[in-house]
Amino acid sequence: MRTLTSVFILSSALLLAACSSTKLDDKAPVVDHSASGADARSVGTVNTGTDPLNDPQGVLAKRSVYFDFDSYVVKPEYQSVIENHAKYLQSHKDRKVIIQGNTDARGGAEYNLALGQKRAEAVRKSMSLLGVSESQMEAVSLGKEKPKALGNDESAWAENRRADIVY
Amino acid sequence: MNPMTKTILVRLFAIFTLLIANFAHAQLRVEIAGVGANQIPIAIAAFGDESIAPSQISAIVKADLARSGYFRIIDTGNVMTENTPVNYADWKGRGANAIVVGSVSRLPDGRFDVKYRLFDTVRETQLSSMALSSQPQYIRVAGHKIADDIYLKLLGVPGAFATRIAYVTKSGREYRLEIADSDGEGVQVALRSNEPIISPAWSPDGTKVAYVSFENRKPVVYVQDLVTRKRTVVANFKGSNSAPAWSPDGSKLAVALSRSGSTQIYVVNADGGNLRRLSNSAGIDTEPQFSADGQSIYFTSDRSGGPQIYKMSASGGDARRVTFSGAYNISPRISPDGKYLAYISQRSGKFQLYLLDLSNGQEMRLSDTARDESPSFSPNSKYILYATSEGGRGTLAVVSVDGNVRQRLSLQAGDIQEPKWGPFMK
Repeated sequence: MRTLTSVFILSSALLLAACSSTKLDDKAPVVDHSASGADARSVGTVNTGTDPLNDPQGVLAKRSVYFDFDSYVVKPEYQSVIENHAKYLQSHKDRKVIIQGNTDARGGAEYNLALGQKRAEAVRKSMSLLGVSESQMEAVSLGKEKPKALGNDESAWAENRRADIVY
Repeated sequence: MNPMTKTILVRLFAIFTLLIANFAHAQLRVEIAGVGANQIPIAIAAFGDESIAPSQISAIVKADLARSGYFRIIDTGNVMTENTPVNYADWKGRGANAIVVGSVSRLPDGRFDVKYRLFDTVRETQLSSMALSSQPQYIRVAGHKIADDIYLKLLGVPGAFATRIAYVTKSGREYRLEIADSDGEGVQVALRSNEPIISPAWSPDGTKVAYVSFENRKPVVYVQDLVTRKRTVVANFKGSNSAPAWSPDGSKLAVALSRSGSTQIYVVNADGGNLRRLSNSAGIDTEPQFSADGQSIYFTSDRSGGPQIYKMSASGGDARRVTFSGAYNISPRISPDGKYLAYISQRSGKFQLYLLDLSNGQEMRLSDTARDESPSFSPNSKYILYATSEGGRGTLAVVSVDGNVRQRLSLQAGDIQEPKWGPFMK
């Protein structure tokens, strides 16, 4: 195989030498062809839909605020979730969110609907204080009707004491 | 496969799907779990020619009176019509205080004519008689009306057998608002949805149901005409809309709205117009319920910390606190006769049905279960229908206000919740 390749290269070189109109000369200046015309051939990429909202790794992917039992206080560790979405909404005035408050399964349907509302309202108020306009937000409650976690223990209950920012 | 096999298979498949469709209207199973302290022994005869009708009248009457908890049924073992002579001494000797007889005949226009008589064997006199004409599809109502009359004549309170109940079932991802007769028969689906339905409320004339639907990703109050299927949005303001309660004259509904930023009580016309705010507290005011005379509204409020039950005028204004025991009292329901308040109280971690005697302030716990919700009085004020949990599934239960009579209503599959007892109807 190697012999064949060598023969091929040798014969190609001889052919090229035969075709060339310029004599190969060590003293001939090396002309740099890369400068002129090369930039005209580069292609830059444009991404439409780099909306940070759609980035699964971005900060806006976190859309839930969790609450302690019988509480509607936004805990410090969730303040960043609210700040990130508030920033996004301020720079995307055409976007609207519905904030859905939830409760765990204990207690009556209507009273829990009102408790879930307090959680949604707490998130809405925080975003409003950060400058988001009222017309971009609606705070509603799902009460205990749409639990994310279905168990009957504290870990399931904690998962359901939650407000979600829904676009 | 040859064409004949194919036809057979197609036919079998059609039958199969029909059967499935019938079972999809899941049967509501009613079990008696407790009876009254005193039961009137009553003999009930088979009615003359009653097998010509789609349902046996005497069977309906027997089942209703047995379920009521206040009667002990004695089978006469034979047919006795309204013309059969009654040997009072004989029946008294057999232990019956009363005896029921009757007949069914077919009218030329296809309706059924049901006749019945009720006799008192002790006083040896006729207590009541009735003749009812009924279309075939409503024959069970005729049976229930006879049972209602017997209940009234022997207990002094109208029976509530010819009434209906509404409730929500959840099976897999499907929610259904269903209407059934008070004995669990005749189930009809009023609404099917992939999103939750809560808080059904009967209009006073029994032809419409208000409810909260989450089909718009938020709670919205609808009124649905059960006959025409027409739906009206009664409240879809910004925020959550819930807890509909009809005024006794059917002209308006009290609702809980969060449009002001906190959940408060408003009243709105049945067509959705003329919204007025009634409550004014800083926290949660919800679950409004009109008193039977329409003058007051009972409601749940957390204005003193935890949820308690309050009463205010139907035009709003100052509220008076009604519940003082326990830190969590919700879901107030006032009996139609105005004597009792039923509610759910959380004590020692359990959510249980309680009854408050409004004349003397005495409180009585009515259940032994731990997750009771949504109490609803029968229109004769004698029983409470409520939601509870058994074996991890949502079921319904009925208890008499004296705590003795008990029933369980369950589905074979799925959860049943949010029950509401319908009104008396013609």
